Formats: sequence, C-alpha cells, structure tokens
Amino acid sequence: MSAADAPGLVAVVLVTVVTLAIGAYGLRFSRTTSDFFVASRTVGPRLNASAIGGEYLSAASFLGIAGLLLVGGAPMLWYPVGWTAGYLVLLVLVAAPMRRSGAYTLPDFAEARLASRAVRSVCSLLVVGIGWLYLVPQFEGAGLTLRTAVGAPEWAGPLIVGAVVLANVTAGGMRSITFVQAFQYWLKLTALLVPAAVLVAVWWGDGRPGSGGGDAAWSVPVAPGGGAGLYATYSLIIGLFLGTMGLPHVVVRFYTNPDGRQARRTTVVVLALLGFFYLLPPIYAGLGRVYGEGIRSDVIVLELPRRMVEGVGGDVLTGLVTAGAFAAFLSTCSGLAVAIAGVLTQDVTSRVLGERRGGVAAFRVAAVVAVVVPLLGALAVRNVGVAQSVGLAFAVAASTFCPLLVLGIWWRGLTAPGALAGLAAGGVGSGTAALLTLAGYSPGGWPGAVLGQPAAWSVPLAFVVMIGVSRLTASRRPAHAGRFLVRLHTPETLRSADAG
Amino acid sequence: MVERVRVTGPPRHPAARRPAVDRTRELRDQPDGTGAVGQLYLRSLLREQLGLAARVIVLLAATLGSVPLVFHLAPELGEREVLGLPVAWVLLGGLVHPFLLLLGWRFVRRAERNEQVFAALVRGDTGDGAVGDGAVDGGTP
Repeated sequence: MSAADAPGLVAVVLVTVVTLAIGAYGLRFSRTTSDFFVASRTVGPRLNASAIGGEYLSAASFLGIAGLLLVGGAPMLWYPVGWTAGYLVLLVLVAAPMRRSGAYTLPDFAEARLASRAVRSVCSLLVVGIGWLYLVPQFEGAGLTLRTAVGAPEWAGPLIVGAVVLANVTAGGMRSITFVQAFQYWLKLTALLVPAAVLVAVWWGDGRPGSGGGDAAWSVPVAPGGGAGLYATYSLIIGLFLGTMGLPHVVVRFYTNPDGRQARRTTVVVLALLGFFYLLPPIYAGLGRVYGEGIRSDVIVLELPRRMVEGVGGDVLTGLVTAGAFAAFLSTCSGLAVAIAGVLTQDVTSRVLGERRGGVAAFRVAAVVAVVVPLLGALAVRNVGVAQSVGLAFAVAASTFCPLLVLGIWWRGLTAPGALAGLAAGGVGSGTAALLTLAGYSPGGWPGAVLGQPAAWSVPLAFVVMIGVSRLTASRRPAHAGRFLVRLHTPETLRSADAG
Repeated sequence: MVERVRVTGPPRHPAARRPAVDRTRELRDQPDGTGAVGQLYLRSLLREQLGLAARVIVLLAATLGSVPLVFHLAPELGEREVLGLPVAWVLLGGLVHPFLLLLGWRFVRRAERNEQVFAALVRGDTGDGAVGDGAVDGGTP
C-alpha cells in the first residue's frame, strides 16, 4: 500500500460507512416480515425507481461495459441497450400484473397462478441458481476493484462486500435496502458523470486527438464472423431484452410498489435513469482508445482519471470512480441477497426453524446462506468475465421465467405440467450452454455462437414446449385461472379492499 | 323513538340507471371466473392490453431489431459519421435511450386509458368516468 492508494482507500471506507449508516436509518422503520420482504409495499415511484436503478447498475455496468466497448467496439453497445430495453419489455408485458398478483416472490407467483407445489419448487431452484450465477461475478469484480484501487489482496474485496451486505440485509431487509440503493444510484451516476465531464474537457483542451476515423470493426454493431456473428448478435439481443423480467432481484422490486399503476410509472422513471447512466460508459471507452494505452480494459474506468489528470485532481476523481464502483457491488449484491433470501426463507429456513422463531429470524438465516455460498464460489473460481457471466444469467432467465411470466399473465391455458416442461427445456438448454461456456469450452464458428449465445434457440424452445404441453394437458388447467387473470388485469380502482 | 334522517347519496351519476355494483366481485366470485358479463369485459380488456403490448414490441423489433441486419447487409455504413462519431455509436450509444423512454411513456398513457375505459364499463358508467382523476401526466420526470 502506498500514497497512491489513499484516494481509493478513503472512498471505499466512506461508501461503506455511509451505506451502513443509511441502512441503520432504514432499520428504524423495519419491524414486520412484510417490511423485510417488500418494504410493506409503500415505496413511491421516485424512490423506488432510484432504488431499482441503484440495484440494477451492477459492476458489469459500472466497470464492465466501458472495458467491453474499448476492446470489442460497437457490437458491445448491445449490452447497455439491452439492459435498458429489457425494462421496456418488462413494462409492457409484466409490470402492472406482476404487482397486482400480490405475491412476494417469483415462486409465490408461480404457485398462486398454477396451484402447484412442484412448479413452485422448480422456480425456487431457478431463482437461487440465477441469483448465484449473477452474484459470483459481482464478488469477483469487488476483488479486482480493491486490488486496483488500494492494492489489497484479491480475497479482500469479496469479504468486505459480503460482510457489509450481510450487515445491512440481516438488519433491515428490504426496507433499509431501499434507502441504501436509492442513494447508491445517485452516487454511481455522480461518480461516472463528474469524472467523464472533466476528462472530456481535458480531451477538448488537448485539441480533440483521435476524433473521427475509427476502424470498421469498431463501428459496426454486429459481432464479427459473418452469419454466425449475426446470429450471436441477435441471440444476445433476445437474451438481454427478455431476460430482465426474469432476474430475481428485478422482479421482487415490483412488489414494493403500492399498486399496479405505480409499478408502471416506476418503470418509466427507471427507463429514464438507466438511459441517462448508459450515456456515460461509451465516453470512457472512446477516451480509453485515445489515452488508455497499456491499461487493462476491465479497469479502464478506474485508471483513466489518474492517467489524464495529474496531481490532486486526478486523486479526487480516482476516489470518486472507486466509490462508485464499490457502491455498484454493494447495491447489486444487496438486492440479489434480499431476493434469494426471500425465496430461501419461504421454502427452506422458515420450515426448518418453525413458526416459533418467527419470520424475521428465518429471513436472517436465509440471508447468510444467500451471501456465503456465492462468496465461497467467487473465492474458489477466478477469472470469469463479469459481463459474460452476467450475460449468461440473462440468457437463463430469458429461457425460463420469461415464458412462465408472459404465458402465466396473458394466457389462461397454461397448466402446471406445461410450465414444468417448458422450464425444464429452457433451463436445461440454456443452463448447459452457460456451464459449458463458463467452463471454458468455446469451439469456433457456428457451434461456438450457438453455445455462447443460447437465447435465440432456448427461448423459443421454452415457449413452444410450454404451450405444446399445456395444450396436451388442457384438462389440468387450474380452476381458478380465469379469476386469477381478472385479478392481474383489473385496475385497483375497482377493488374494494385488496388484502394483497 | 324514530328519528327522521334525511339520506342523501353522493350525486355521483345523475343518470345512473342501476346501483353501482362492483361487478369485478361478481366476476371473481364466478366459478372459473367465467361469469358472462364480466368475462366479456375482461376479454376485451385483455385483448386491448395485449394488443398494446404487442404493438410496442413489434415497433421495438422493427426499429432496434433491424439494426444488426442493416449493418450486416451494408457494412460500409460503419464508416459513416455524424458529428464526428460513427453512426452506430450515435444511434446505440445515445439516441436509443430517449427513444426507449418515449415508447415507455406512450405505453403507460395508453395502458392507463384502457383501464379507465374498462373501469367505467364495469361500474356501469357510460363514458364520463373515463376522464377525470387519472388524466395522466405519464409519470415521467
């Protein structure tokens, strides 16, 4: 550790302290189980949208995108576009009905809709699986950031992030996390916006070197490799556009809205917040091409300020981006931990602990499990690309929860056997491709594209199987399907008293 | 002892031909949710909302979805520049975000209008309940 590490260290300590302090403030309001799971459904659109933005903009967005753009050029622009457009698809297909379903979690929704314990269990497994697939790279990114910023050993980042998240989640659940995450959105935006503005000014002052005349590969938004590249690009788009609605920490946020109408409005504000944030990473990538000679692409956001601005100014900007990156890990990990812990509480720990100990104790035990398992995973497995592994989590979510939600909300013909068959087809298909890719198996050409980007075949497969088997088992349509759809699509103004 | 009490209902619908029943209750209380009237209303609301969602998604596919194909067929577009930046970066790094926001905002307005019309139908109003409290500022910042 040296003097150069000071700004990063100060930033990390500050973010940690403020996060714990806001969490403690939120604690004053957290009393009941409903507070812990869904903040008692009282979060208005502005606060909730900031919290969703804070939770959603993970390490992959804050650090990963700029690095990917720097190396891969325009084809990588689909990541930020897809992460935003996914919210639009979620808005039009599931936002309001999801809130009106009155369920706490995805498995709750599945069970309520299909009246099947088996579907519920499969959904719980998927939530935990997708959540952990998403958490591992976050912890890894935390290790990378701390090593770059303060020269800490690589295991330090995951441990610190894990400890802070656990402290906040077990103390206050969703209620305190909502305040923390709303704060973290604005912190992340500031931490990327201010340095970007300064760096652009520096670049302008230097006489705008390198503007114009990029090479073709950097400015064509299709992956290289002819037909296979075109397939891979479309598959990535499908996975990102449809996967957002299936991410456990995204869906659970819709239950914290007061009603369906607010859920929709929240989503529109989220579109604005995300769009504004995603204007920034391309700026870092562009400047990185000019000034970033010799910097590792995945830490370009952290290193560029010091490279371009000397002295105290550079230190302050470095501290700022480090704070933003650290906030990114904390907020996304917290959101995932709450979502996974919510499912584990209902399906595992509250049964093991029994009613006697109460829901809050069960939630706390579940949160420990939800954080510790992927933490160990991150310490054991190294060097999975953050954005790639997050991309695969999207593909699995798009191939499982997307068909389940879309058909469950809009088609009364869905049956439990149909849902199970579809989840199995989509989950096994995309999951196998994801595991093979993570294990490092990547043949070239078409086989590589088909395995590396499974969404284009696994999503239609899941839909077809789900619809086909449901039609074959039409006699097993749940008796209450019609009534349930009424509930999902009826505006709240028509309801007398919704126990929710 | 009888006290004379003057009962005045709120003059909600001067021309109300029938008492305002909560027909969603009637609707929900039907086995299968297949009560004749409610079923008809709900089917129409579902169709409206699904059609609206489908239109947004088709629009999204036709615009953003065509970008890779267009660039695949005409890679020389990559050399075009707008304001000194490659055209793909201007489109996908900048303009796409206000476009998505606009689509979302318009969707919310239409979806809320559909629900107001449905609510008016169920309550037995003819029309004027559809205007009023939620005349929609879209909820955008």
